[in-house]
Amino acid sequence: MRYLPHMDADRQSMLADIGVEHIDELFRDVPAAALLKEPITSLPNHATELEVERMLSRMAGRNTPASAVPFFIGCGAYKHHVPASVDHLIQRGEFLTSYTPYQPEIAQGTLQYLFEFQTQVARLTGMEVANASMYDGSTATTEAIFMARRITRRKKALISAGVHPHYVDVAKALAKVSGDELVIGTPELAKGKPGGDYEALLGQIDKTTSCVVVQNPNLFGYVADLTELAEACHANGALLVVVVTEVVSLGLMKSPGEMGADIVVGEGQSIGNGLNYGGPYLGLFACREKFVRQMPGRLCGETVDADGRRGYVLTLSTREQHIRREKATSNICTNSGLCALAFTIHLSLLGEAGLRQLAQFNHARAVQAAERLAKVPGVEVLNDAFFNEFTIRLSKPSRDVVRELGNRDILAGVALSRLYPTETALHDGVVLAVTEIVTESDIEALAKGLEEVLSC
Amino acid sequence: MLNRQGRPTGTGEGASAEGFTTFTGHKGLDLNEPLIFEIGRGDRTGVDVPDAPKVASRLGGLEREAPIGLPGLSEPEAVRHYTRLSRKNYAIDMGLFPLGSCTMKHNPRLNEKMARLAGFSDIHPLQPQDTVQGALELIDTVAHWLMELTGMPAVAMSPKAGAHGELCGLLAIRAALEARGDAREVVLVPESAHGTNPATAAFCGYRVEEIPATENGRVDFEALKKRLGPDVAAIMLTNPNTCGLFEPDIIKIAEAVHAVGAFFYCDGANFNAIVGKVRPGDLGVDAMHINLHKTFSTPHGGGGPGSGPVVFSEALAPFAPLPYVKKTEERFELVEHLEEGDQSFGRMVAFHGQMGMFVRAASYMLSHGADGLRQAAEDAVLNANYIMAKLQDVMTPAFEGPCMHEALFDDRFLKDTGVTTLDFAKAMIDEGYHPMTMYFPLVVHGAMLIEPTETESRASLDEFIGALRSLAEAAKNGEKERFTAAPHFAPVKRLDETRAARQPVLSYKNTAEPGSVTTPVAAE
Repeated sequence: MRYLPHMDADRQSMLADIGVEHIDELFRDVPAAALLKEPITSLPNHATELEVERMLSRMAGRNTPASAVPFFIGCGAYKHHVPASVDHLIQRGEFLTSYTPYQPEIAQGTLQYLFEFQTQVARLTGMEVANASMYDGSTATTEAIFMARRITRRKKALISAGVHPHYVDVAKALAKVSGDELVIGTPELAKGKPGGDYEALLGQIDKTTSCVVVQNPNLFGYVADLTELAEACHANGALLVVVVTEVVSLGLMKSPGEMGADIVVGEGQSIGNGLNYGGPYLGLFACREKFVRQMPGRLCGETVDADGRRGYVLTLSTREQHIRREKATSNICTNSGLCALAFTIHLSLLGEAGLRQLAQFNHARAVQAAERLAKVPGVEVLNDAFFNEFTIRLSKPSRDVVRELGNRDILAGVALSRLYPTETALHDGVVLAVTEIVTESDIEALAKGLEEVLSC
Repeated sequence: MLNRQGRPTGTGEGASAEGFTTFTGHKGLDLNEPLIFEIGRGDRTGVDVPDAPKVASRLGGLEREAPIGLPGLSEPEAVRHYTRLSRKNYAIDMGLFPLGSCTMKHNPRLNEKMARLAGFSDIHPLQPQDTVQGALELIDTVAHWLMELTGMPAVAMSPKAGAHGELCGLLAIRAALEARGDAREVVLVPESAHGTNPATAAFCGYRVEEIPATENGRVDFEALKKRLGPDVAAIMLTNPNTCGLFEPDIIKIAEAVHAVGAFFYCDGANFNAIVGKVRPGDLGVDAMHINLHKTFSTPHGGGGPGSGPVVFSEALAPFAPLPYVKKTEERFELVEHLEEGDQSFGRMVAFHGQMGMFVRAASYMLSHGADGLRQAAEDAVLNANYIMAKLQDVMTPAFEGPCMHEALFDDRFLKDTGVTTLDFAKAMIDEGYHPMTMYFPLVVHGAMLIEPTETESRASLDEFIGALRSLAEAAKNGEKERFTAAPHFAPVKRLDETRAARQPVLSYKNTAEPGSVTTPVAAE
C-alpha cells in the first residue's frame, strides 16, 4: 500500500517494543462482538494509481464541463476564467497541507494572506472588517441573520423575494431551532424588476424588525439602489444585511457599504475558485467595526512578536466555540482557508484595474446577450437593470426548453422551476448568466437554439 | 547568550549570529515579505482582460465612483509573494504534524489530480441532471463507502465540515423527537468533548449538561445512567474519545440512552482509528459525522475547506436533510425538494455539499480499499502506542494502558521545572515540529495530545521520540530559557496575542510607512 511506510517486519518489532504480540491487543477496549476480524468484504481491496485514475476518469467523462459548451448558468455559482498561477500556488504543500494557524510562529504565511484577504473583502464590500471566511454564501447569510438578532435583540428578519431560495431554505431549517421569525417574500417575474420587492419591504419594517436581508444583484439578476431601504432600517433600529453571490459585480457597482449596509455576506466562489459542482465554496462575511464582537468565524489580526516585529495571529477568539463552548457566537470551526487563498491570489492578480475591467466586460457581454435574445420570438427580457445575469420569460415551459437545449449541448441558464418547484407563476422564467467566458458566437448559438426550440 | 564558540545566539531583526545586519532584512532563505498593499498598485494587473464591447450601460445608475483600494500584482510578483509567504508555514509535507484530534496525515497527490478533472471541477451545481450523471455516481459511490464502513443505512452528504455535521445530526434528532411530539430540553456532553459539541447543542436550542469522566479517562457510566431521563434528547459522545481511548462501555451507553428514548450522536472526529475494525452502527450509534479532511485525508488547506457527511440509523434516516442522490435502474437522480410525505428537516447548504472533497475522498478510499483502510487504522494505533511506549519513562501518560490513535500526556513531568505545556510545545518548533495539541482535552492538566498518524515511518517516529526525550530532559535539567523564549528559530518570535485582542487591527490601513507596524486607526 503506497501510502503506508511500514513493512510487516516494522510492525512486528514495534509491537514487541510496545510489549504486545498482536495488534488487536491494542484494541482491547473494543467490545469483542463489535471488533471485525477481517476487512469488510462488501468493499473492494486496494487499487493502483492507474486503476483509480481510470475509475474516476470514467465517471468524470460522463459529465459535461462548462468550458466544453456555450454556457449560461449562474444563480449563485459562476464560471470565470481563473489564471493558471492561482491553482499552481494553492497547491504548494505549505499551504495545502497546513493546519488552521493556531501556532502563529509557524503559520505566518497563512495568517498574512488571511489578513490581506480580510482587507480585500472589507474594501470590496465597503465594510470596515471582514472575517477569515465561512463555509459558503448560504451559511454566511444565516449567520448574519442570527448576528443581527444578537445585536438588536429582536427576532424578526424580513427576507426579500430576491434572495437565493437555497439560502432562504438554509435559514428556514436553522430558524426552526433558533427561534428566529423569518418573513419571506414571494418572488414575481415583474417586468423591469423581477424579484424586486423593496417597496413591500419598506412597508413592513418596524420596531420589531431585527434585519432586512436583500440580495444585490438578486437571484433574477435585478440590481437596485438600497440606500432608501438602509435608511428605513436604521430609522427603525434594524440592520440591513446585503447578500452578494456574484462578487465580480463589486468591481463595477457601488458597494453595499456605500448604500448603507450593516452586514455584507456573500459567495466568493466566482473569484479564484472553480464551479466544483457546488463546493467547496467561500463564504464572505463583512460588517461595521462596532459589530465585530458579535461576528461569527475566525478573525486574523495584526500584532507584534517578542522582538517588536509585525506579525499576525488569530484573534478575538473569545467569541468562538473552542473557548466559549456553549456560549460561543457560532458553532463554526472550519472555514474555507484554501478557497480564501485562491480568492486573494486571483484578486491580487486582477487588482483594482483588472477587476474593473473584468466587471465591465461581464456587464457589456451580458448587455449584448440581452439585446440579442430580446429579438428572439417568444423571449421577453424582464430586467431593466442588471450586472451579468438577467431573467427571460419564455413562451413555453422553461424546464423543457432548457432540457432540450442541453440535449443540443447548450447549457442555457437555470429554469426557475428547478429552484421554485411549487411557484408555478415562475415556471416560464429562465435566469441566464453571461460572464467573460461567453463569446459572441455562444450568444448566437443560444439565440438560434431558442428560436428553434420555441418555434417547434 | 553566547554559544560554545563565544558567539551571540540571539536572533534580532536582520542581525545574524555573525553580528551584522543585512541590508534587506532577509536572513538567507528566511525572507521578509511585505503586504500586497505595500507592494501592489491600483493600476497594475496580472490578468489581461480584453476591452469590453461598447454598449449602453444597463446598471441602473449604480456605477461605483469611489476607488476600492485594491492593489494589483503582475504574475511574477504574485508568484513570488505567495511563494515567500508559503515558506513561513509548517505543513505535513515538511514533517511529522502530531496535532492530536486533528489527524494530519499525508495527503495523496492523486486525490488532487482527480479533483481537478474537468468533469468534476468544471461542472455547475444547477446543470441539467442528464449532463452530470458521473458526478451523481461519484457522490453515490462515496455515500456507499461511508455506509458500508460505518454499518449505517443512510448518509447526508451536504454538511460542509465536522461542526456542520454535528448541526445536521442534532437537527435530525430534534426533527425526530418533534415528529413523535416529544419536546426534550437537554443534551448531555462529556467533560472531555470538543468545544463544537456544546456549541452545536446550544445553537439547536438545547441546554447542555456535562457528564463527568472517570479517573481513567472514560465516560462515567454510572453518572450518565443516573442523569438519563425523559428530558434528555441526546448524548454527544466522541469515540474513540478525546483522551485517545475507546469507550469500553459504549454499547451499554447506547442501550441506556435508547432506553429513555434519547438518541446517540457520535462525534466521528476520531473515526480514523477504527475504520475497518469497528462499525459504529454495531455500537448503537444513531448519527455520526465523518470528517473527510481527517479520516479520508482531504487536505486541511490551512483551515478548510472541510467536509462532514453524517451517517444515520434507521430511526433518524427519514429526517436527513436535502438534497440526496437516488439511484434508479437507469440513472442517478438528485432529489432537491421535499416529496410527498417527506420528514426531512430541510436544507443545510446551497447546492449539494463539498464535491471537491468527495472526489478526493473517493480517490483515497478506492486507493486504500477495504484492506488498506483497515491497515491504516491499525498502523495509526500502532504508531501512537509506539510513541507512548517510548516516552512513558520521561513524560507522563495521562492514563494507563494502550491508547488508540493518539497518545495523551499531562504536565506532571514538568512539575517544578518552570516550564509549561505551552513552553514545551513552542520548543518543539525549534526542533522542526509542529506542536502537539495543547490544553485539550480539558479533563487533563496541561494536556499534550500527540497523534502521529499511520503515514509516519518508523525512522520518522524515532527522530520525533528522540526530540521529545531530549526536550523532556532539558526541561528537567533546568534549561528553562530554552523553553520560555521558544521558538528561537521560527520566522517570528512569540506573538503578542493580548495586544491583538485589546487593540484589534483586522485590516490594513494606509497610514503607516511600508514595512512598519501599523497602529489602529478609526475606520476610513
